Amino acid sequence: MDIKQIQELVKLINKTNIGEITIEEEGVKITVKQKKDPVQHIIAGAPAPAYSAPPPQQPANSTAPPPASTKPAAAPKEDNLLTIKSPMIGTFYRQAGPGKPIFASVGDEVTPGKVVCIIEAMKLFNEIESEVKGKIVKVLVEDASPVEYDQPLFLVEPA
Amino acid sequence: MFKKILIANRGEIALRVIRTCREMGIKTVAVYSTADKDSLHVKFADEAVCIGKPASADSYLNMAHIMAAAEITNADAIHPGYGFLAENSKFAKICTDHGIKFIGPTPDMINSMGDKITAKNTMIAAGVPVVPGVEGLLESVAHAKSSAKEVGYPIILKATAGGGGKGMRVVWEESEIEKAFENAKTEAAASFKNDGIYMEKFVEEPRHIEIQVAGDQYGNICHLSERDCSIQRRHQKLVEESPSPFMTDELRERMGTAAIKAAQAINYESVGTVEFLVDKHRNFYFMEMNTRIQVEHCVTEEVINFDLIKEQIKIAAGEKIVGKAYYPQMHAIECRINAEDPYNDFRPSPGKITVLHQPGGHGVRVDSHVYAGYVIPPYYDSMIGKLIAIAQTREEAINTMSRALSEYVIEGVKTTIPFHQQLMRDENFKSGNFTTKFLEGFTLQ
Repeated sequence: MDIKQIQELVKLINKTNIGEITIEEEGVKITVKQKKDPVQHIIAGAPAPAYSAPPPQQPANSTAPPPASTKPAAAPKEDNLLTIKSPMIGTFYRQAGPGKPIFASVGDEVTPGKVVCIIEAMKLFNEIESEVKGKIVKVLVEDASPVEYDQPLFLVEPA
Repeated sequence: MFKKILIANRGEIALRVIRTCREMGIKTVAVYSTADKDSLHVKFADEAVCIGKPASADSYLNMAHIMAAAEITNADAIHPGYGFLAENSKFAKICTDHGIKFIGPTPDMINSMGDKITAKNTMIAAGVPVVPGVEGLLESVAHAKSSAKEVGYPIILKATAGGGGKGMRVVWEESEIEKAFENAKTEAAASFKNDGIYMEKFVEEPRHIEIQVAGDQYGNICHLSERDCSIQRRHQKLVEESPSPFMTDELRERMGTAAIKAAQAINYESVGTVEFLVDKHRNFYFMEMNTRIQVEHCVTEEVINFDLIKEQIKIAAGEKIVGKAYYPQMHAIECRINAEDPYNDFRPSPGKITVLHQPGGHGVRVDSHVYAGYVIPPYYDSMIGKLIAIAQTREEAINTMSRALSEYVIEGVKTTIPFHQQLMRDENFKSGNFTTKFLEGFTLQ
């Protein structure tokens, strides 16, 4: 089996609904499995890291071109991210007071129940808790600015 | 004068208020539920704040959310429109407590007219005619019988905790009263958990004629004549007009005077409407007072050439009203266009409007918040517009209305336009010969 044949196998899998295909001949066994995104390559005899989230990596032994559905490395895709939305109307604050620690910055881990910000309305300060688990990747609102109901506040990469 | 007004409402009335504010140079804030994000009032306002989920309780009735929206936008006044919180005295008080002017009456004025028995007693004390009846609840069949003799048949038994026609029985003669009393009590208990029944004279073949009033913060009150709203289906007004085809100059004077007395009795501030029942002998009786701007205010605006919303805002800002009485100079008819199927018991018909063409031309006014592509949400009332026809005479106003209705194209949802078209051709309607019972005998072809 040569590289070209392996490429053809990968193309085949990508084009169809085949979940998995295994070919064995002359002491070489190749299994190509279909995953949602990206395609996984498992070559018998060679360790190949399993991965789902980006960035995709080339299997150690392979010099084949990357599968059709390579994602760009680095930036996470927007539709995987969760949004923390405002449950009320008021003024958004990232900290309980000047000099106090910021509740949630980019890179912080959050879990359900963790306070991510304060929204103040009519002199009442309301701690807003995350309902999701993950890592803050973006803060969408500036400190001390007004927010409305359902307004997106934070983007979170799910854990 | 106010710098910025938040409109705590939606639909056509929100648009109405925004339009006048724009003419007055006042900035506007629209509030909207997530279901209304594509609504026209949101697009027309200078600023807009989303205040909650679609259900009214989560948004347009949510006082905390509305007050928060006023706070973050620095609105100095709130216009409540009609319905929702317009006659909620608690909300009016909260606005005042936060230094925001509620464009309407004070909480006390709202309360004094909100409770039916209190309102009635206030009117009696003020010398305003009320539906004759017997004070207090009926204790027994014997009490009912003697009361009925006092009032005079026909009488109506009504549930004190009641509404929507439940717990009501009309009795024409003494032989029927025992059974009617028992039935009314049972129905009231089932519907309102309160079987208290009181008695009033039954006003035969009543017309619903209301008088528009306005009062300023200095004790001045004026009236702006009548609107006839007798065309009703299940107590919901469908068509209103001014002047009333049943009115005479003399009756208008008497009713106008009584309406001013009613407003004066509570030192009324802002615009409001005093509703009366008028019998076939032209006796009139106070029914209730609405302490807000009404849906059909446009009819009065057109026949008197007056901007009632502007007047309401001016009064709230401390300006004085001018004049004592205003009389109709033209004839105007309003048809409420609802997204309902008149051929299927007026079943609501929300959905996407695919084609829309509004009528125009001389004597036509359209107050509507819908547009082609707009999706009518199912969470709120079904009214999608008001069509008003204005002319020199009633006959011409009916012709203009017919003409305008024939130009009004709304596709994608069912509307009551066919119903109004048939009504404008109806001989009894055209002759002005109708009471609140009119639609009971009306079948749509």
